[in-house]
Amino acid sequence: MGQDRRGFLKLAGLAAVCATARESLTRLAGAAETEPRSSAKAPKVRWAMVVDPRRCLEQESCTACIDACDHAHNIPAFTNPRHEVKWIWKTRFDEAFPDQDSRYIDPALTSEPVLALCNHCDNPPCVRVCPTQATWKRDDGIVAMDWHRCIGCRYCMAACPYGSRSFNWEDPRPHIAHEDPDFPTRTKGVVEKCTFCDERIDRGELPACVVACKAKALVFGDLNDPDSEVRRLLRTRFALRRRAGLGTQPEVFYLV
Amino acid sequence: MLEKALVGGRGYWRWILALGVVIALGLVSYLRQFAFGLGITGLSRDVTWGLYIAQFTFLVGVAASAVMVVLPYYLHNFKMFGKLTILGEFLAISAVTMCMLFIFVDMGQPTRVLNVMLYPTPHSLMFWDMVSLSGYLVLNVVISHVTLAAERNSVPPPSWIRPVIILSIPWAVSIHTVTAFLYSGLAARPFWMTAILAPRFLASAFSAGPALLILFCLVLRRVTRFDAGREPIQRLAIIVTYAMLINVFFVLMELFTALYSNIPEDVEHFKFLFVGLEGNTTLVPWMWASAVLSVAALVLLVNPKTRHDERTLAAACVAVFLGLWIEKGLGLIIAGFEPSPLGAVTAYTPTVPEISITLGIYAFGLLLITLLYKIALSVRGETAA
Repeated sequence: MGQDRRGFLKLAGLAAVCATARESLTRLAGAAETEPRSSAKAPKVRWAMVVDPRRCLEQESCTACIDACDHAHNIPAFTNPRHEVKWIWKTRFDEAFPDQDSRYIDPALTSEPVLALCNHCDNPPCVRVCPTQATWKRDDGIVAMDWHRCIGCRYCMAACPYGSRSFNWEDPRPHIAHEDPDFPTRTKGVVEKCTFCDERIDRGELPACVVACKAKALVFGDLNDPDSEVRRLLRTRFALRRRAGLGTQPEVFYLV
Repeated sequence: MLEKALVGGRGYWRWILALGVVIALGLVSYLRQFAFGLGITGLSRDVTWGLYIAQFTFLVGVAASAVMVVLPYYLHNFKMFGKLTILGEFLAISAVTMCMLFIFVDMGQPTRVLNVMLYPTPHSLMFWDMVSLSGYLVLNVVISHVTLAAERNSVPPPSWIRPVIILSIPWAVSIHTVTAFLYSGLAARPFWMTAILAPRFLASAFSAGPALLILFCLVLRRVTRFDAGREPIQRLAIIVTYAMLINVFFVLMELFTALYSNIPEDVEHFKFLFVGLEGNTTLVPWMWASAVLSVAALVLLVNPKTRHDERTLAAACVAVFLGLWIEKGLGLIIAGFEPSPLGAVTAYTPTVPEISITLGIYAFGLLLITLLYKIALSVRGETAA
């Protein structure tokens, strides 16, 4: 009898393992056939942003775009810089462009702040490494996030060469100044970042930071449209991309 | 067979109790982390992985090292390791279990961890690491269970187990290769993006693991009636010696390419480790200790006189284990984040709860290995009276 019970338990265990594995395998096999989770529109668009740092600097100590983003996305304000959550922020030029060695330039220029945000790379390393597809690239190029699927492994943060991803090291909700009920708040233990305001774009609006910028230093548009404002700017002005040598193909351009 | 772990003398139960206390403390700390979030650790937005992931990386190596006794025995019919294979397999089971626990405690949303299986993602190395680690655990559980049951019933193990054992050999190599690929495929982290990372991982694994096995054999000889025998231990010592030599050689090659090419983003990580960067010298004393331990270990291992003397051999094994633990269990992961891709150096010091959780998992691993070794030795009638 004892032997039977043991045999039964072994068999039951084996069956449970097989059932789980089967579930995984069917999903794996079906992965290629699942419908795209984005708003596939024809003609295809490829969203991008052009930043004009000179225009931005005209408005010294202006934080309109950052404030608008923080407000629109319920971004918590952590006082501890180690736990900071940042979607769009100001950083020193030489930190944003560490491979631009401009040593004889007036040091004041390289220490000026520039805006940094997720580059919505065409070849995003964060998407490649995410083990749950909680972050993925939409057909329009936006690198989006599913905060309900993220397991908080932070592999994407190790893979991002731009420090554009933030982790909720503790519950963010008590640290949100003015909660906007129209946008989800996040829970502790998930990664978040700029989403190019995909929720606004899907409604036909421009990203919140672009609308908020009075200096018109942020231009948003479709790279696939040769007549778009972003394409016009990139045709006539020289532009930098952050760490272009890594092959991530950032879609945020900085006019020189 | 499990009932054999429930019978033991006073010393046995004291040891179990001591481990239980450390586990309980770790569990309490984990419950605090579960409630508050990972902000309870010393990690930050720039140093996003720390002690937990580093221990995981180190222990994958310990787990893979079982192959160093399994391979000679089953592929080369090296009879001398016959008594040791089960110890190696049980060490692998315990180490893989610790690996999984370290991954688990590092998750921001541990309750969602099964999403990795629910949404299998072949382009993520973490998915493959999950596959290879759980496969390796299953392989070792099956192999050790079947071979030990056969030994208890004094019958030869069933013939179908042999191909399974052979499969476990390349599988052991795969777990550490895939773990190295987790890091070496990231363009953002030049410190890890080196083709030699996987070979380096294997070399360090095949020295630290067998070194630990030698130490276990020496301890078991004192506290039980199990004697691995002098010669098998000496053979293991030779494996440790070669693997350690190769490991040090690989590390020197890393240093050469980084320092001679003098590409700043490659050099800075080594600066952080060995001289400090931007005033941050947290790891400097550790890394020099690791270098001294590794050299001392090699002196004791290469010299036949000290290698043959089991007392100095034991000291060498301790030095190998500690030296590699510092190298992989502290330096390798943390230095990948220092400096950050944007050049920032952020202080990282593990907090008390973080260390307590880490110790708790190690205690759990030790408990597991104690119980498993107890079972194995009881089956053979070699436990202490």
